[in-house]
Amino acid sequence: MFSDFDFNVIYRSLSYLFLDGMTFTITLTVLATLIGVTWGTALALMRLSGFPPLVLFAAGYVNLMRSVPLVLMIFWFYFLVPYIGQWITGSANPMRIGAFASSLITFALFEAAFFSEIMRAGIQSVSRGQTAAAQALGMNYPRTMAYVVLPQAFRNMVPVLLTQTIILFQDTSLVYVLSIPDFLGAASKVAQRDGRLVEMYLFAAVVYFLISFAASTAVRRLNRRIAIIR
Amino acid sequence: MIEMDNVSKWYGPVQVLKNCTLNVSKGEVVVVCGPSGSGKSTLIKTVNALEPFQQGQITVAGISVKDKKTDLAKLRARIGMVFQHFELFPHLSVKRNLTIAQIKVLGRSEDEAMKKGLALLDRVGLSAHANKYPGELSGGQQQRVAIARALAMDPIAMLFDEPTSALDPEMIKEVLDVMVALASEGMTMMVVTHEMGFAREVAKRVVFMDRGEIVEDAQTVDFFGKPRSERAQTFLSKILAH
Repeated sequence: MFSDFDFNVIYRSLSYLFLDGMTFTITLTVLATLIGVTWGTALALMRLSGFPPLVLFAAGYVNLMRSVPLVLMIFWFYFLVPYIGQWITGSANPMRIGAFASSLITFALFEAAFFSEIMRAGIQSVSRGQTAAAQALGMNYPRTMAYVVLPQAFRNMVPVLLTQTIILFQDTSLVYVLSIPDFLGAASKVAQRDGRLVEMYLFAAVVYFLISFAASTAVRRLNRRIAIIR
Repeated sequence: MIEMDNVSKWYGPVQVLKNCTLNVSKGEVVVVCGPSGSGKSTLIKTVNALEPFQQGQITVAGISVKDKKTDLAKLRARIGMVFQHFELFPHLSVKRNLTIAQIKVLGRSEDEAMKKGLALLDRVGLSAHANKYPGELSGGQQQRVAIARALAMDPIAMLFDEPTSALDPEMIKEVLDVMVALASEGMTMMVVTHEMGFAREVAKRVVFMDRGEIVEDAQTVDFFGKPRSERAQTFLSKILAH
């Protein structure tokens, strides 16, 4: 039944698909995760600070991000950030940001909302006694967080954080709306140029599946290894 | 050393500490006992302000715990505390547990902190376990590490909050032995415990609490000889019966 299909198109475009497309996808995933986890942790700390303005800001931020579709955010940032840049720098023309920077900002800010909820659960999973012990040793709030609470919170949450990263990896394909050649975008371009839609989309699906499946298996293994002995 | 003056504390409408007044002089060992829910754990935690209180005054080495100008972290660093559930940091090795506060809070060098930490670990008889993680140790061993961790900060006084209550019976002695040795060296100690043997042997004074009040504050001999209050008599007869 595949006699009409030309799977050679995949072979011919491999270097474009992976060197350009997949490199972009993975770079975006890794950077957005790093920034997202950092900003998300900061949001979680604000949310748990008990200081009303910070609590309100963090809660509002998380709820806003979670109620807006990601595609809309991608559009919104792509068209809005240049004008914000212009406003901040006071220049005559909208700032040139570029599709990569714009999508990175979007994903980092968007994912931070999800990472912050994960980190909040992680911080709450560390017992009050641990905080008390750190304080009794003379640690102030930043030290208590940095040396006692956050390391344990991260460790408890690593599996969930990585699972969220796998979702982020899949979500990065939405940058196609900005015509960025990420992996799916690159596959899509080749598919339309050569008229090989079925072959290319099938191949893209297989690649996404294999990478995500391998990653979740690795997370499960890791989970068994890093659990803190209690 | 520790001076508590008319300390009162409420959780909402419930008063958990009622005008508690208590002094612990330098080098003195004071045992606080009483039925569960009597407020003794809450009382000891007010000393280093882990529990805030609404009325009264506490000073440690002349420094007010309640004064907003007091650098609480700095004061706490000078008061050692041992918890019922040990509260060693499970993500750090025994060695790191002993050194982290010395390095990050007191600003000691890695070498200096390690030397001090290992010497104290040796003192509590656990040198062989320096590289293990807390989860690999028994409860008694963890509590001894916790005591060493507190001592590594060169505290001017030590607070013990039911240090043996979470231990299996066969491990209680090893922890009490460390505490007895500490007391004999002249450490100022405030100890919340049900171990009446320890109190009788080591304490200079015994404080009996019930329903948030200090009912009796007596010399150890007098307390065990003939407690003045009926509530202390009842408590003692129950706890010494078994």
